[in-house]
Amino acid sequence: MSKLRVATTSLAGCFGCHTSFLDIDERLFDLLKLVEFDRTPLTDIKHCGPCDIGIVEGGICNAENVAVLREFRNNCKVLIAIGSCAVTGGLPAQRNHLDLGDCLSEVYLTEPGTSHGLIPNDPELPLPLDKVHPIHEVVKVDYFIPGCPPSGDAIWKFLTDLIAGRTPTLGHGLIKYD
Amino acid sequence: MSDTFTLDGDEIPFESGQTVMQAALAAGHYVPHLCYHPEFRPHGSCKVCTVKVNGRFATSCTLPAQAGLNVESNIDEVNAIRRTLVQMLFAEGNHFCPTCEKSGNCVLQALGYDLGVMTAGFRHLFPDRPVDASHPDILLDFNRCILCELCVRASCEVDGKCVFALAGRGITKHLIVNSESGRLVDTEVDLADKALSVCPVGVILVKRKGFAVPIGERRYDQSPISAQALADAPREPAAPAGRPCSSCEEGS
Repeated sequence: MSKLRVATTSLAGCFGCHTSFLDIDERLFDLLKLVEFDRTPLTDIKHCGPCDIGIVEGGICNAENVAVLREFRNNCKVLIAIGSCAVTGGLPAQRNHLDLGDCLSEVYLTEPGTSHGLIPNDPELPLPLDKVHPIHEVVKVDYFIPGCPPSGDAIWKFLTDLIAGRTPTLGHGLIKYD
Repeated sequence: MSDTFTLDGDEIPFESGQTVMQAALAAGHYVPHLCYHPEFRPHGSCKVCTVKVNGRFATSCTLPAQAGLNVESNIDEVNAIRRTLVQMLFAEGNHFCPTCEKSGNCVLQALGYDLGVMTAGFRHLFPDRPVDASHPDILLDFNRCILCELCVRASCEVDGKCVFALAGRGITKHLIVNSESGRLVDTEVDLADKALSVCPVGVILVKRKGFAVPIGERRYDQSPISAQALADAPREPAAPAGRPCSSCEEGS
């Protein structure tokens, strides 16, 4: 049987979910018998090719996040939102009840810093969105793994269920929102 | 000899005046619930305790038990409704568990875990709800309010103070503080008040106590809410203060 291709990325997240993914520790070797990685911070491949499973950490806070998320959705048969930010918007979404202009002014104009009184506008910087969104508000998402971050055990249970063809279930102790 | 009704195929005895919820809990059968509290009059607002009774849906906390009822609770159809209700509550408020002091002791969160809610599913509303930190010992974080009215009921029926109330209608409905300024510091609220201990979520928090029990060692970290709720079940009603409340509908 050929290996399943898996891609992962972190959008408006902190890479904590990827770190937690590495907490499966030596089970990573078992996983590598079943899957091979496409685009992911682990391989440093920059664009996602056709994959079986896409795992997305982080919510959507800027235009680049939207482009990457769409690339994943277009290439991955199964898309998984992993962690509080991808599932609910998470920490970045705590700015949602504030005006974006006010946020930028407060950070770059009011508070002391290194921006020399300017809001950064380099064309290479992706434009921030007015609000931060969980990824299911932008593309169809097949599965959700909540948690900040979900534990390595939760990620392992979920992935092994999915790869084995079972409906992934976490159950008490593994399903966490915090 | 008391009458009985059936709950998921089991015979449940009841006494006259009991609701389906009271009889079920007294007989050792868990029915998921959120705004129901054994010490207070049923409120029937959260609908999480919805069951199918003789083919029709009803809230078990407000439905009087009757002989011969066929009540279905732990079935896929009803649990799917409960799951959706919990999802809507998560989408409606700002329930950000990673920074919430109540995480692990939160009934809404525990219900989500037990029902297998993996996402709120709906579009999050991200409402703007400033906190009230005016009181030196108590914090009110309205972001997490689910409008269960337990604090309102406890403050009126037990404390006799009516510190809290719900105002507005529909999506604008919200918890308010009954004082001229609208701030908690200007009320008669006291740390010993029953109203401070009944919040199922993280709205009413006593300051400087948030992490006395560490995350991971809290109530619903030990076992799921379905395995614990029965311990709370058969309880005498909280002793009323004996002072009828004239300022809100609860005491009327």
